[in-house]
Amino acid sequence: MRTMSYRDAIRAAMLEEMRRDPAVVVFCEDARFWTMPTNGFVDEFGPDRVPIMPISEEGFTGAAIGAAMTGLRPIVDYTISNLMYVAWDQLVNHAAKNRYLFGGQTSVPIVFRAAMKYANATAAQHSDRPYPQLMNVPGLKIVVPSTPADALGLLKSAIRDDDPVVYFEPLMLWGRKGEVPDGDHLVPIGRAAVAREGSDVTVVAIGDAVPAALTVAEHLAGEGIEVEVIDPRTLVPLDTAAILDSVAKTGRLVVADPAHRTCGAAAEISARVAEEGFDSLRAPIVRVTAPDVHPPFSPVLERLMYPTPERIHAAVRAVLRNASTAATAAAAGELIGR
Amino acid sequence: MDTDLQLDALRRMVRIRRFEEAAMSIVRKGQGIAGSVHICIGQEGAIVGSCLALRREDYMVGYHRSHGHPIAKGADMGPLMAELMGRATGVCRGKGGSMHLADFSVGSLGETAIVGAGIPQAVGAAYSARVRGTDQVALAFFGDGAANIGSFHEGLNLAAAWNLGVVFVCENNLYAMSTALADTMAADSIAARAAAYRMPGIEVDGQDVGAVHEAVSAAVERGRAGGGPTLVEARTYRYRDHAEYGTLDLGHRAVEELEQWRTRDPIDLLRARLLDSGVDVALLDQLDADVAAEVAAAVTFAKRSPMPAPEELYEDLWATPIEPSPRRDAVPVAGAAR
Repeated sequence: MRTMSYRDAIRAAMLEEMRRDPAVVVFCEDARFWTMPTNGFVDEFGPDRVPIMPISEEGFTGAAIGAAMTGLRPIVDYTISNLMYVAWDQLVNHAAKNRYLFGGQTSVPIVFRAAMKYANATAAQHSDRPYPQLMNVPGLKIVVPSTPADALGLLKSAIRDDDPVVYFEPLMLWGRKGEVPDGDHLVPIGRAAVAREGSDVTVVAIGDAVPAALTVAEHLAGEGIEVEVIDPRTLVPLDTAAILDSVAKTGRLVVADPAHRTCGAAAEISARVAEEGFDSLRAPIVRVTAPDVHPPFSPVLERLMYPTPERIHAAVRAVLRNASTAATAAAAGELIGR
Repeated sequence: MDTDLQLDALRRMVRIRRFEEAAMSIVRKGQGIAGSVHICIGQEGAIVGSCLALRREDYMVGYHRSHGHPIAKGADMGPLMAELMGRATGVCRGKGGSMHLADFSVGSLGETAIVGAGIPQAVGAAYSARVRGTDQVALAFFGDGAANIGSFHEGLNLAAAWNLGVVFVCENNLYAMSTALADTMAADSIAARAAAYRMPGIEVDGQDVGAVHEAVSAAVERGRAGGGPTLVEARTYRYRDHAEYGTLDLGHRAVEELEQWRTRDPIDLLRARLLDSGVDVALLDQLDADVAAEVAAAVTFAKRSPMPAPEELYEDLWATPIEPSPRRDAVPVAGAAR
């Protein structure tokens, strides 16, 4: 085992894969800047594999697609997730669709890295969680690792995958340290992790909601309440079986998701459990999400938005009471539903 | 071009024209081409003159009006016609249709229905050739309308900044759908935009396949030798409407304008030149007959091909499909509410 930060895990994954495979290249604005996980890469891999990028998200995303269809494996780093909107046409209309449109003649093996810089007082154009929008686009695999070990193992798997993978990094987790297995550590895409076992309530948590949910589980364990925390890790394809298995055991489900409420990952997870796991449920499902408003600049307002331990805790309490839908929604956070 | 190459050029231009005439006939008679069809008749000189400057392994990216481009690059017409008819044997297995023909076996990296979006992808293909250490060049076709979208500018800038072997070929047919170029650009030259990116910009008579071939060949040689990109503006004309709507409505165009351009038809011009140089008319007639038979065979192939089976709806999305994880033997919770 080695101990490293989430950020260093991302850096290690890219380094290991670039050393392993000369087809891996990095497209990143300011890749040589000291804050970037790619800082120093050009010295080892040269300017062809770490080219200097103009501020041209649409252009270099298109170039990555052309490169991927002709034998390379680009890692495209948008540095801030909102910037991927600038490249939306290339991402949605081309990276996701080209293989299908061309009848399987080609594949588009690109990893799109997107650091989600919310809860950081940067206001709505630098604070976002775009994964639900892309979950609605067939052809993209989507991962949201929450630990350094998964950050490393999923990024390595994503780089080796022959399909486009969008890799969302909650920036607030970058500094978090954890143990990472030695050697060639790969985490399979499409497999959830049981972050903590429990028998009373299932909390499916995404991204930085995972550590928040673990905090709640730790607290409630002192009262004899065993919370099972499931980290899907991959949102497309979603490991529905792991979630259904957990709900079959606990009979209660809370979904904690820092993205917006409407048509979000939490909505999809809730719908699947309602459709396929209805007989297991002993209480209504409760979602703990961000409300459908933009992240405001003022930290005083923004901190109300996301699934804090307090909001997750309230939701767990509510499902344990088998409360009605209205009561559970109210308990899950007074902002919900506005 | 020597006589043999001129005969090759004539054969390819006649193939494109007869292929598209056959497609229009199928559309008109309701015999099985669904959706929109964009005909490039009148522009064959620009298309064939450019593609003949490429090697088979060089890359080519088309756009929405690109039945002719894979034909010029050497693709087999049967699977192209089958694609237009949505058949299982289509070059893209019926997933792409008229606006997304691709034949990777001849370096045709596909076509996009989003104006200008193929331009940066060609840049990426040229970048890929550099990283992989090959001397392949990439050629991007697009229309005059694409010169006003961001992808054009970002693509040209990237290619120039990275000094890549890309040839940008603008088929300037004077109209974006029905909108005249003069109404959407203050400048009267697209080639002049090359200067802003410090690359050569060349205007060429698109009706003269030999002139196009000469200009593009020089650009290809420059690119292959590491001399960087070139923008070629081929002045040409589209005889048909933007798409086939069942009637030929010239929109704002005057019939006299069309007739004027028809006097400089690229196929007629080359045929006359060959006859002037002493080629036997019987040879040219034989060429016409051969091509007519090839196109008839392509149509027969397409019409006799099976439609895709229902399960093909789900095929070609993923290069690496991920199987869902199996459910454990889930036992519903004792005392579940329902």
